Amino acid sequence: MSQISTDKSMMEPSMLAVVKKQRIQDFLFHKVTLLFSVLVLVALAGILISLLVSAWPAFQKFGIGFIWRIEWDIINEEFGAMIAIYGTLVSSLIALLLAVPLAFGIAVFLTETCPLWLRRPLGTAIELLAAVPSIIYGMFGLFIFAPLFAEYGQPALQSTLGQMPLIGPLFGGAMNGIGLLAAGIILAFMILPFIAAVMRDVFEIVPPILRESAYGLGCTTWEVVRYVVLPYTRKGVIGGVMLGLGRALGETMAVTFVIGNSQRLSESLFAPGTSIASTLANEFGEADDFHLSTLFALGFLLFVITFVVLSVAKIMILRAEKAQGART
Amino acid sequence: MPTSNQTNVSHATNLDINLYRRRKFTNYLGLILSMASMVLGLVALIWILIILFKNGFAGLSWAVFTESTPAPGSEGGGLANAIVGSLMMIGVTALVATPIGILAGVYLAEFGDRSVVASVTRFVTDIMLSAPSIVLGLFVYAILVAQVKHFSGWAGSFALSLIAIPVVIRTTENMLRLVPGSLREAAYALGAPRWKVTSYVTLRAARAGVLTGLLLALARISGETAPLLFTALNNQFFSTNMNAPLANLPVVIFQFAMSPYENWVNLAWAGALLITLAVLLLNIIARVLLRDKKAGH
Repeated sequence: MSQISTDKSMMEPSMLAVVKKQRIQDFLFHKVTLLFSVLVLVALAGILISLLVSAWPAFQKFGIGFIWRIEWDIINEEFGAMIAIYGTLVSSLIALLLAVPLAFGIAVFLTETCPLWLRRPLGTAIELLAAVPSIIYGMFGLFIFAPLFAEYGQPALQSTLGQMPLIGPLFGGAMNGIGLLAAGIILAFMILPFIAAVMRDVFEIVPPILRESAYGLGCTTWEVVRYVVLPYTRKGVIGGVMLGLGRALGETMAVTFVIGNSQRLSESLFAPGTSIASTLANEFGEADDFHLSTLFALGFLLFVITFVVLSVAKIMILRAEKAQGART
Repeated sequence: MPTSNQTNVSHATNLDINLYRRRKFTNYLGLILSMASMVLGLVALIWILIILFKNGFAGLSWAVFTESTPAPGSEGGGLANAIVGSLMMIGVTALVATPIGILAGVYLAEFGDRSVVASVTRFVTDIMLSAPSIVLGLFVYAILVAQVKHFSGWAGSFALSLIAIPVVIRTTENMLRLVPGSLREAAYALGAPRWKVTSYVTLRAARAGVLTGLLLALARISGETAPLLFTALNNQFFSTNMNAPLANLPVVIFQFAMSPYENWVNLAWAGALLITLAVLLLNIIARVLLRDKKAGH
């Protein structure tokens, strides 16, 4: 600023006007772009506040105990979130148990053993698996997977894992294909590409010199992955897993088709259950005032849970990137 | 190890061979399992696509594009109203999300490099990328649908924009960061003001990447069902009124797939095929665009 004013005498007035105009334009441009990026923060605050306001009657009536009440009686207006939370957590955990080893295998294959010319097409194929809309997974689960699962999968599980002590009851009961376990399996295939993509990306940032030193010491490929790559990329891998968990918790359509949509708590994973998202999708249309408020309360809880999980995921991935930046 | 004790050479070699065999076995087992998981992933993709093509093409006919969704129990019918409704909502979303997303992305890449506002925005945007879409639908219901007391296409577009904007923001920012700083400096040296440098030099250089982000955002929202349940809902009749409930493919698929009528289920498969083809096509175009750009540099 001061420099311009001292140079004023040397500048033509018309040029000065141009500079002034450009400064104002730049100032406006800066502020307009700032405004739009702050819009994201406003949206987040808006979501939290509006959900909380709409959920207030439910929280007011049941208090914080709403979270662990095991009750969902629409006629008598007795509501608790525990059945839906249980279904959400269990189906997501099943999905993680299945998807994480598979995603790890895919990432190892894509970064270690796959021939170079195949890496790109195979990587793209996995990414396309992520692009398939969730409702397609839902239809596939309901029409194709569930009948096969009822006929072959569930009897096989019941006669093996179902006979074991402690975990046996998890695989008991009627076998009709849909239920928490089926939802978990469909979810696993949905979140698999997300986890695999993050793992592949972080595996690729391992400095070649580390890998080569390990090979030079006589390590096998598996040992390089297990003792060099995995420890080096631990944070990124955890971030990828949490990202998958975040996706699984909030997934609606794929789950709604196959979870069975029953507000009951059962010890068997074969039994139909419900998740927060599928409760919302199923009951929202017919809900009246107070029932609606409890659904908003469920939505609020879901948003808070996924927000925390995704934040942890993001922080882990950021740390992994930072560590990478510091070392190179 | 063999040198540690010369008298036990034969014993040590024996141990080594056992250890070596075990390590080799673990290695093969690990690599075979990793290959198996890759195969499983591919089988899942191909299986889903085959089922989709088989059932989808069976349900596909000209009537799908010319007739509206059938009433319960009636024969025939198509998806014309749902296709038009979906295209309208996606079009409006693109018009809203593009400027907002690009301008916010410009701020993150060009102005707020290390500022607190930019870091927080970046963090929140990344979370919104994976936030449950059904909750965004609830939000729009609470602030728009519940206030005007009717579902509408506008509300649907609003909810979809909330999903699309973070995608556009993040890809715009990443693509702008790839533009070499020397290009910006050259423009500054010519005396160009910042807004001109950004809009005429940087954004133009990153054009293909920004377009990719937009296409990916559209692909993402094309299949979104959950937020539309609470916003656009559905309309059995042909309508282009954005201020009223608007038919759209995802919700029609959801309702028809769960229905007991055979022609409804067939239409659901046809709709599912159309959506998946559109989404995969958008993804592939986006990838080709990005690869051409990378090859050009």
